[in-house]
Amino acid sequence: MKLSTQYFGEIHQFKSLKEVLAKANEEKSGDRLAGIAADSVQERIAAKAVLSELTLADIRNYPLLSPEEDEVSRIIDGLINGTIYQSVKNWSVAELREYILSDETTGEDLKRLSRGLNSEMIAAAAKLMSNLDLIHAANKIEVLTKNNGTIGYKGTLASRLQPNHPTDNVDGMLASLKEGLSYGIGDALIGINPVDDSVESVKRLLHATQDVIQKWNIPTQNCVLAHVTTQMKAVQQGAPADMIFQSIAGTETANRSFGINVQLLEEANEIAKAYGTGTGPQHLYFETGQGSELSAEAHFGIDQVTLEARNYGFARYFDPYIVNTVVGFIGPEYLYNSKQVIRAGLEDHFMGKMHGLPMGVDICYTNHMKADQNDIEDLGVLLTAAGVNFIIATPMGDDCMLNYQSLSYHDIATLRQTMDKRPAPLYEAWLEKMGIMDNGKLTKLAGDPTIFNH
Amino acid sequence: MGMNNKEDLDAMIAKTPARIGVGRSGTRPKTDSWLKFRFDHAAAVDAVYGEVSDILLKRLDLFKVKTKADDKEVYLRRPDYGRKLSDEAKRVIDAKCIKAPTVQIIISDGLSAKAIEENVEDVYLSFKQSLAVAGLDTGTPFYIEKGRVAVMDDIGEILGPEVIVLLIGERPGLVSAESLSAYICYKPRLGTIEAERMVISNIHKGGIPPVEAGAHLGTVIQKILKYQASGMSLVKKEHEEEKREKLG
Repeated sequence: MKLSTQYFGEIHQFKSLKEVLAKANEEKSGDRLAGIAADSVQERIAAKAVLSELTLADIRNYPLLSPEEDEVSRIIDGLINGTIYQSVKNWSVAELREYILSDETTGEDLKRLSRGLNSEMIAAAAKLMSNLDLIHAANKIEVLTKNNGTIGYKGTLASRLQPNHPTDNVDGMLASLKEGLSYGIGDALIGINPVDDSVESVKRLLHATQDVIQKWNIPTQNCVLAHVTTQMKAVQQGAPADMIFQSIAGTETANRSFGINVQLLEEANEIAKAYGTGTGPQHLYFETGQGSELSAEAHFGIDQVTLEARNYGFARYFDPYIVNTVVGFIGPEYLYNSKQVIRAGLEDHFMGKMHGLPMGVDICYTNHMKADQNDIEDLGVLLTAAGVNFIIATPMGDDCMLNYQSLSYHDIATLRQTMDKRPAPLYEAWLEKMGIMDNGKLTKLAGDPTIFNH
Repeated sequence: MGMNNKEDLDAMIAKTPARIGVGRSGTRPKTDSWLKFRFDHAAAVDAVYGEVSDILLKRLDLFKVKTKADDKEVYLRRPDYGRKLSDEAKRVIDAKCIKAPTVQIIISDGLSAKAIEENVEDVYLSFKQSLAVAGLDTGTPFYIEKGRVAVMDDIGEILGPEVIVLLIGERPGLVSAESLSAYICYKPRLGTIEAERMVISNIHKGGIPPVEAGAHLGTVIQKILKYQASGMSLVKKEHEEEKREKLG
């Protein structure tokens, strides 16, 4: 494995694959926090140059975290299709990037190739790619999944309606929910983050959302994003949940800090299938985000882009209905400003799609970051261009429970109308039946939540 | 929009601090709701950079110590510094505090000094009262400037309490820039994992009322002491007990 390069007469020497991968990242405050970022811009580019010449076999043969010591590594390595891997193992990372971008290569080709790659290889390609590379490549890949309705079709933009309330008040939650429906939001999911992680509270919110879905015959699905064990209990006790949610991470140790492991998630999937109200075949929902492993002090000196890719390698083992990165939620110590959030959002979406995942994004920022609403509107446009499966939406972009800003109901409607995208097909038919949408545009009735009161 | 419809809408708006019933121009928000949003964001950004007054600390009889984060920008970029007490802080805590109390209360500004200014007094006093009623001793409470949640591990090492309760300012939101969280952990020590911590968040006027939160905290502490566990370990132990009861 060649770990040095020469540029303008200066020799750049790296000690390990781990170091090359970290230093090849675009600037991220999280990599600085971990003490693994490139010291200079030139060193960053030198790392990219070294990485571009490494082979996929190099990456597999020198694991950053061996399958023997880490469950996530075991899952990722165990999923590699040997035949496909054999056919590409001598490719350099540069060749991988160029194959992904080639006009000859279709989305189906990429999904097939993906089965022979591990997450570190996909992360490596992303590190050599520009923002527009990431958009163009991701847009090739169509990933369809179904719980009650199917989402992910080309030409569609779905959304998760997130009607959180600061005290889990059911009427307050319903008010936000109805407002969202009236803007055509909620085809991917009606998903609530509860304040109170108790089984009773989760059951109450599941019943309240499912009642609305039943009453108005909405072709969508519900979920309450408590800890997986709480949801498992609620569902076993008869609460109507279409799927089960959990936040995941890219190392076994970080997952343990979330109180989860492979066995527990398999159990959750079985319980969702056996007791959940969703039709399937997909029954799980995962959230991720760069920096969570470092935050749990479980990053093993690996950079946050590579670790994020490992989230997706782990996620695909469970065949989830939806996955999204909550890019920008974690704070300035990992993604300092809008430039870093935009880059991370495009990386995460591309890497998720390259793993064959139904990738969505919570495009967001906190109030201690150097970013504002204009910045995330920009990222919304970029991700819509990249063919993102779904985007999370809150009333006016303000989540009054989690205390951060995301895109708004208005923004989803605007992205659809500006960029010629439609809701998921069944959902659009329902919106037309309700008189909220006509030929892809909001009607006069849209935006009035009281239509769902009677 | 008819009159009935407006009453209907107002009733919905009254149920939530969320920005609903705002209408639209095309697919975009109206100008007034857009500007209100921008104004609230500006206030939240300003709350991050505030400080807790010495007057409040004096009134609550709290002494002040610092973490390794000595400046706001450093604090924002380096949470690891906010999780560690300064050497000076360790000395002061060791010298001033009662060792091995049942409940150790600590307070920190975190990401919103305003949360402490507006809410901590009510939470703190009602919490202390509920502990007194339950006959639980509380050691010597104090204030930590620029702290993060895991700073409680450092304190657990020095003082060895059964339970630590940390009242800390949350990162400010637009509806409220003054929301407070109470983090609770049974025997926190260096190496404690996050899943062992519990949190009651959204403590402020428009969320969980501070006085109520203080009383509720007292109940939670009693449960933690009964099971000698918090967080996921507590859930597990409760679950095991349920099973035993069903079998028995």
